[in-house]
Amino acid sequence: MTGLQLTGITKRFPGVLANDEVDLSVSAGEIVALLGENGAGKTTLMNILYGLYSPTSGQVLIDGEERHFTGPGDAIAAGIGMVHQHFMLVPVFTVAENVILGAEPTKSLGRLDHRKARQTVTDISARYRLDVDPDAIVENLPVGIQQRVEIIKVLAREARFLVLDEPTSVLTPAEVESFIEIVKGLKADGKGVVFISHKLGEALEIADRIVIMRRGKTVAEVKPSEVDEERLAELMVGRPVDLEVHKEPAQPGDVVLSVEDLVVLDHRNRRAVDGVTFQVRAGEIVGVAGVQGNGQTELVESITGLRPSLDGTVGILGADVTTLSPRQIHSRNVAHVPENRQESGLVLPFTVTENIILNSYYEPPISKGIQMDWGEAQKRAGRLVKEYDVRTPSPDVLVSTLSGGNQQKVIVAREVDRDVKLLVASQPTRGLDVGSIEYIHARIVEERDQGVAVLIVSSELEEVMALSDRILVMFEGKIVGEFDESATATEIGLAMLGEAGGDPA
Amino acid sequence: MSVDDLPPQPQPEPTLYDRITGVGTSVRRALLIPALAVLSALIIGAFIIAVTDIDTLKIWGSDPGEAFRRTMTGIGRAYKALFVGSLGSTKAITETLFSATPSILAGLAVAIGFQAGLFNIGVNGQMLIGGMAGLWVGFSISVPAFIHIPLAIVAAMVAGAIWAGIAGLLKARTGAHEVITTMMLNFVAIFLVDYLLKTSIFQQPGRNDPISKPAEVTAQFPTLLEGYRLHIGFLIALVAVALVWWLMYRTTIGFEFRAVGFNPTGARYAGMSVSWLYVSVLAVSGALAGIAGVNQVLGLEPYRGLSNFAGSVGFDAIALALLGRSQPLGVLFAGLLFGALRAGGREMQGAAGIPIDLVLVLQALIIVMIAAPALVRAIYRIRTSDQEPTTVISTGWGG
Repeated sequence: MTGLQLTGITKRFPGVLANDEVDLSVSAGEIVALLGENGAGKTTLMNILYGLYSPTSGQVLIDGEERHFTGPGDAIAAGIGMVHQHFMLVPVFTVAENVILGAEPTKSLGRLDHRKARQTVTDISARYRLDVDPDAIVENLPVGIQQRVEIIKVLAREARFLVLDEPTSVLTPAEVESFIEIVKGLKADGKGVVFISHKLGEALEIADRIVIMRRGKTVAEVKPSEVDEERLAELMVGRPVDLEVHKEPAQPGDVVLSVEDLVVLDHRNRRAVDGVTFQVRAGEIVGVAGVQGNGQTELVESITGLRPSLDGTVGILGADVTTLSPRQIHSRNVAHVPENRQESGLVLPFTVTENIILNSYYEPPISKGIQMDWGEAQKRAGRLVKEYDVRTPSPDVLVSTLSGGNQQKVIVAREVDRDVKLLVASQPTRGLDVGSIEYIHARIVEERDQGVAVLIVSSELEEVMALSDRILVMFEGKIVGEFDESATATEIGLAMLGEAGGDPA
Repeated sequence: MSVDDLPPQPQPEPTLYDRITGVGTSVRRALLIPALAVLSALIIGAFIIAVTDIDTLKIWGSDPGEAFRRTMTGIGRAYKALFVGSLGSTKAITETLFSATPSILAGLAVAIGFQAGLFNIGVNGQMLIGGMAGLWVGFSISVPAFIHIPLAIVAAMVAGAIWAGIAGLLKARTGAHEVITTMMLNFVAIFLVDYLLKTSIFQQPGRNDPISKPAEVTAQFPTLLEGYRLHIGFLIALVAVALVWWLMYRTTIGFEFRAVGFNPTGARYAGMSVSWLYVSVLAVSGALAGIAGVNQVLGLEPYRGLSNFAGSVGFDAIALALLGRSQPLGVLFAGLLFGALRAGGREMQGAAGIPIDLVLVLQALIIVMIAAPALVRAIYRIRTSDQEPTTVISTGWGG
């Protein structure tokens, strides 16, 4: 029996059964996709495989022989390589230096063998067509290339089995395509690949087998040819899931948000937003599509008062709000779901309650003068947790203990649970599982139907297309195309790359 | 899906800053590690007493039994003196509380900064400036005590707040790191005080050395018990502990302080003015330091300003805030412990002939243990949750 096998893996944490009799195998030259919602136990399983946890029971077999790993070192020696979702690279080192880190080739007297290090990178890069310069400094490389450096690192240690943890979640659509080619190259070279994801389309595209985990168990093993996305989603979530966003045609009302000739500088003083003009009306969802880094972040920050603009105006309900502070804009019935949930949307060491009142703590009834009324705060938190289906043992637990989807629900609840006229949401479902995405999307449409003007910014074209009544495409700080619902992905995709298309707004 | 199905979420690895300052730790953990740290420090202190007893060391070769007996007696005598001197009599207890007073106030000043993510190293300077303002009120006007003392304290708070606020403004306006600015302002304060003490405004007429006029009797902090040094400053410190707790956990300002301390970006996105908060955190911290400073001139003989009257209180306060895990109650207990060590140390020096410097060694050891909780856990075999990897990936002060 060749290949890697995990049989009957059980892992019990205090109070939680994270893995329950899980089986997973991968042979040489095979790609296995491991699908599951956040918290289904995928990460725990991979940590067991990588020697970070030891299983409560169960076996790890390589070529039929049982192995016990006490740390990542053992796993690496046994031919297992892991590419983490968050890269473990030293930003100021070169590619070659990063690759040899921890297994440095040396000449006599312990001198580093730089030539050999560079040669290793060049060889692997050429063999798998990775196109990575061994002398480049890692922090100057785009995310997609940094990921390849991680892959080279693993290959340099002669890994036979590669575990890729959510590899595409950080990549742009173009990067995803070349990444898929790389994975196919690995397969052709006889490597066994475990591809962890919650993106159904990718799993269907590249996997030979798909293993689905739910609540710590392997619930199904299927061939891509036998299933479609709907079926996969159902297996993951445990109930039929509607991947379509259902909405009636928009009935746009008055202009709520009006952006005119807006120019915004980024932190390097480049014109990130370069003369943008558009409007969002009550009762419509306008989506901004574009490859990340084309000014969307700065646009949103400027509208919400977080970043000053150089020129142009932002108007909300007819009033000029260009120079107002975030709090003043917030008080004009603007809700903002920020791009980076954990970094800017939440205070992780705070409780759910504290996060729910994070931008209303200074108003009655949560505060009376400067004194907080924690009773009122808890009342509001309790109500929102229920209404917005936040799965938490209690509003008093730290928000950091919640899953990503529930964290996002906390933010959405906080932002929209008041009289909202404009909702600005950046990457509203990034990194969330199918069930949470479905929920958040439904909420956004519900807000629209109540007459809220909605501006969605997302680097996931599918999401923008599913939600929006109107789509704007941003490229290099400008709006290069405007599309209605009937536009195809190809048309919009071309515009995202700066090719002509659509009618410039 | 019921609550039981909630997956275990990986807790974010605490940063070095969080681990050291104790911001965000639970009560049990907040007590366990400091208690063990103190215990370990006392044990190591015993070894130090043993190996510094030269006469006994000499006879280990010839008569180990006798040497052992003498060593144990020596350690016993020293720690007994430490105990008697800090808790053994009314005088000892009042001395402990007396010594704890400025430490508690200064410790609160540092702790409030830690909670808001700022490292105020300039408590000493803020004490000096605040103390000078209080002192000036103390000798320059004549009013009844019930007006004079509060007035002097308010003056000290305002002066301390302004002095610390300078560092806050520099951070808010220019991004200058508060560690650098508060530390440098310490030097400015030390020499400014020396200068002021030689000007005619402050200097005692007829003196050439830097010494101020004495404060009016009405400005001197009254003692609590006849014949002992303990004075109302201790009660003020207790009130300050309660007020700081109320401020941090019961007011909108405290909510903002804690939010900005944990996540400045999140605070900004929630509409808080982060730069304004930095200024106000340091101002509040400086105001507390100001009370500690005025305590050092109006709370003890000779009720005058002397060169560097703040001593090392402001620096010890950093250690104290760490030991107290930046919590108001923790600071109170840590302050009492440090006060007890100080008071007991004096007795130890007198009765057992152990230099009071041992107390400083003990304090330092306690801090080392606090800063390296993994060490304490290893010594006492406290298990961390399951087999979480204990490698520390994130370190540093978090920008």
